[in-house]
Amino acid sequence: MFATLRQKFRNWAYSRTTETGTVKLTQRRIFIIPTRQGFMMVFVLVLMLLGDINYNLSLGYVLTFLLTMMAVMSMLHAFRNLAHLEIRAGRANPVFSGETARFVFHFNNPGRLSRYQLCLFRTGESFWRGGQPVIEFDAPAMLDTEVTFPLAATQRGWLKTGRMTLYTKFPLGLFYCWSYLYFDTSCLVYPKPLDDAPLPAGNSPDGSGKRTVTGDEDFAGLRKYTPGDALPRIDWKAYARERGLQVKQFSTQLGEELWLDYAETPDRNEEERLSRMARWVLDAESQGLRYGMRLPNGELPTGSGIEHRDECLQRIALFNLPLTATNPEHKGQP
Amino acid sequence: MNRQLTYGLLLCILMVVAPHADHLPLWVSALCGTLLAWRGYLAYTGNPLPGRWLLMLVTIAGVAGIAISFRSLFGREVGVTLLMLLATLKLMELHKARDAMVIVYLSCFIIITNFFYSQSIPTAIYLFATLIAIVTTWIQLQAQDMALKPRLRVAALLLLQAIPLMLILFVLFPRVEGPLWGLPQDAYSSSGLDDKMAPGSLSRLTLSEAIAFRVSYDDKVPQRDQMYWRGPVLWDFDGHTWTTGRSPYPVKPEFSNLDQDIGYTVTLEPHNKNWLFALDVPNRLSVPALVTFDFQVLRNKPVNTRIRYSAHSNMIYRANLQESQRELQRALRIPAQLNPRAQQLASEWRRDNADDAVIVRTALDYFNREGFQYTLEPPLLGINGVDEFLFTTREGFCEHYASAFVYLMRAADIPARVVTGYQGGEYNAIGNYYIVRQSDAHAWAEVWLKGQGWKRVDPTAAISPDRVERGLSEAVSDNAALPFMARNPPQWLRDLRLNWDTLANQWNQWVLGYDSERQFAFLRRMGMESITWQNIAINMLVAVGLMIAVFAAFMLRHLITRRPDKVQAAWLGFCQKLAKAGLPRSGHEGPLDYAARIAISRPELSRQLLDIASRYSTLRYGKAPDEQALREFLKRAATFKA
Repeated sequence: MFATLRQKFRNWAYSRTTETGTVKLTQRRIFIIPTRQGFMMVFVLVLMLLGDINYNLSLGYVLTFLLTMMAVMSMLHAFRNLAHLEIRAGRANPVFSGETARFVFHFNNPGRLSRYQLCLFRTGESFWRGGQPVIEFDAPAMLDTEVTFPLAATQRGWLKTGRMTLYTKFPLGLFYCWSYLYFDTSCLVYPKPLDDAPLPAGNSPDGSGKRTVTGDEDFAGLRKYTPGDALPRIDWKAYARERGLQVKQFSTQLGEELWLDYAETPDRNEEERLSRMARWVLDAESQGLRYGMRLPNGELPTGSGIEHRDECLQRIALFNLPLTATNPEHKGQP
Repeated sequence: MNRQLTYGLLLCILMVVAPHADHLPLWVSALCGTLLAWRGYLAYTGNPLPGRWLLMLVTIAGVAGIAISFRSLFGREVGVTLLMLLATLKLMELHKARDAMVIVYLSCFIIITNFFYSQSIPTAIYLFATLIAIVTTWIQLQAQDMALKPRLRVAALLLLQAIPLMLILFVLFPRVEGPLWGLPQDAYSSSGLDDKMAPGSLSRLTLSEAIAFRVSYDDKVPQRDQMYWRGPVLWDFDGHTWTTGRSPYPVKPEFSNLDQDIGYTVTLEPHNKNWLFALDVPNRLSVPALVTFDFQVLRNKPVNTRIRYSAHSNMIYRANLQESQRELQRALRIPAQLNPRAQQLASEWRRDNADDAVIVRTALDYFNREGFQYTLEPPLLGINGVDEFLFTTREGFCEHYASAFVYLMRAADIPARVVTGYQGGEYNAIGNYYIVRQSDAHAWAEVWLKGQGWKRVDPTAAISPDRVERGLSEAVSDNAALPFMARNPPQWLRDLRLNWDTLANQWNQWVLGYDSERQFAFLRRMGMESITWQNIAINMLVAVGLMIAVFAAFMLRHLITRRPDKVQAAWLGFCQKLAKAGLPRSGHEGPLDYAARIAISRPELSRQLLDIASRYSTLRYGKAPDEQALREFLKRAATFKA
């Protein structure tokens, strides 16, 4: 009976699908049950009450009732520790397969009370079951707390956290108060690049590839600051001259162009071929080449620079995958 | 295990064990103290905890030691002692969070054992201090890295919220009359009168400041020298000790010519004996009790909790005019071969006078005339104690006088017996009641006279009228032996003590003495109509529920009201200044974009603008702002002029 009740609860609690934007923990989304320690406490309290009655200890009644009521109030405190937190998922930077993806969540505590000992883990996986560790953190009053949730990336494509459980046992550990978070946030996982894969040489279709090196050698000019620019590249002198934030650009142009073609990869296995492609892209970029890419589902014109590299890698990562990201769901999902 | 947490747990155990230190066997106190100090040292130095085998050894040795010193492993004292030892030992094996939890629960439980020994107001205050310490540590079990101050705040808040809820439960929780199961023999401590009296037993008792009972009179207050609170009546004398003995054929007492009815209420401290105290002679009692053939008031079970009863007594009476021959014979028995001189003196009096009443007066005159002294520290007496006292030492306390007087009466063929009890008391004007202490313990005599029945005679009054009229401290000259407070303390100290006792009395009546009877009376006074325990329980649940709802509303209200924080407010103020200067911020603009945009139109301000904007965005979106940066930003934003 307990199992069916649990199943029913999950069917209901999990019915919420993925969410975007900011999630506010309203009381409808917060659940609370006593812990094993809570039941132990009940046992201790009953024992104490029997002692009070038997020995007619008035102060014993005072103590027993005080503890009982502190235990009851701790339920409210546990609830308050979660209630009205505002959570939004931040960006997760792409990683290569085999690395650890870092999902960022922002826990905004708009209230004047600090929240203590919040714990976050992937629903269904927890520390003692050999899964990912539980992330523990505090959310101080009136602050936005950034929490990084690491997750091992094992497969190329979109990696999702899946449903997460945010719980707290604060302050007395007698109640387990939790809520489910199911953000539509995902981390792009590139295929793991092959260790040793020389670039295809001299295969440029027109033979006149251009090699672009963005280096520190030659100053190419200033452009307006955009968020994300590296700090050392900001022209602080110009800023000091009150010309606003400007970013220095350096570049040198050499001449060579390279096509990276899926069909030319020597491997038989699709994943290996993609891994080789990933290596090629990285190497081509680091050598400052202009490069384009051909995949069976289309080609990407030549270019260079971080943005071009990332676009190539994304194409490779998502090649031949269904449009919606696949993420193994956990049991109990309707 | 976190070091601070270990200190917290140590403090918890120390606070709950410390009140027991004075009644645990000395070696157990010393062992517990050593273990705690050792554990503190280990936590301080970070050394590893002792091995399992060593702990086992100490545990077994400790339990064996307790078994030997108490000659038992059962009973309350033994249980408490074992609990103390095991709790301190548990600290030595603190490895997992579970162990810490056990210690927290254990310390909560140990607090209760302290109430076997004391439930006074200071104990209650100490209870709260202990609870704060325990809960503060308890919170650290959940949040290891939380600083002490916020933990203390949460603990205090929990405790403060629990207090009103506790009061509701305390008042309304249906009280069950204990005990639920048989209590061990040593469940109650006792001090007070005994059912036997030897020279020195009462004077020892009068050194105690402990309160025997408190009396409030309904309307009329008797004269102080009429306040004789009757306790055990002693019949049998073996030459040294008086005992109650046993009457083979007890009959009902007969009182006649009753007059001067006095009503009063007694709050009797537990003394673990069956007798209750009443003025002579009791005629009505509010609790079931038996008035014996020698006018003692006996309950069917020992008084092992504080009880309250009201009674009426008649100060004028004739008691047992028709005493049975058997009892009169008992009241004449003396060991024939002891104290020959006293027997001779009595028979001389008898030869000269036929009238019993005259002999009684002669005896009192004798005490009065022959230079007897009233003292707390009389010389020791030998086998013919009465002779030595009457003819040689002539110094004694009330038990010597009562004993010698009854002896003389019996030798003179007048039925007599010793009555012990309390005489007088201290008036507390603040609470309008009398405090009767152990130091008011007294012994007097009763003689049976034809046509008058049993009549009280107090030989002490013949030597030292002050004793019965004004109290012990007035009567004994060498009062250095008396407890400080039984002497004559300064007035302010006396007032302080009376105030304190009034408070303690209220506490006893309303907190400690709150039983089902008091509960019903209180609820009736509060206007509750049909008082059944179901009704009380329903009321209790409703009241607790409402109170929790109020707390919930208060606690969650803080979450909902949203005030811009200081940083936000300062930023908005800054934007407003610029808006007034004709440079409003558009909704989509971030702080840096905004600053960069207006820096172009107001180049002279750009430095300041960019500075404030970047400071704002660091504080707002960056990690862990520091106080210094916050203050600097607030200052700059406030002093900015567009």
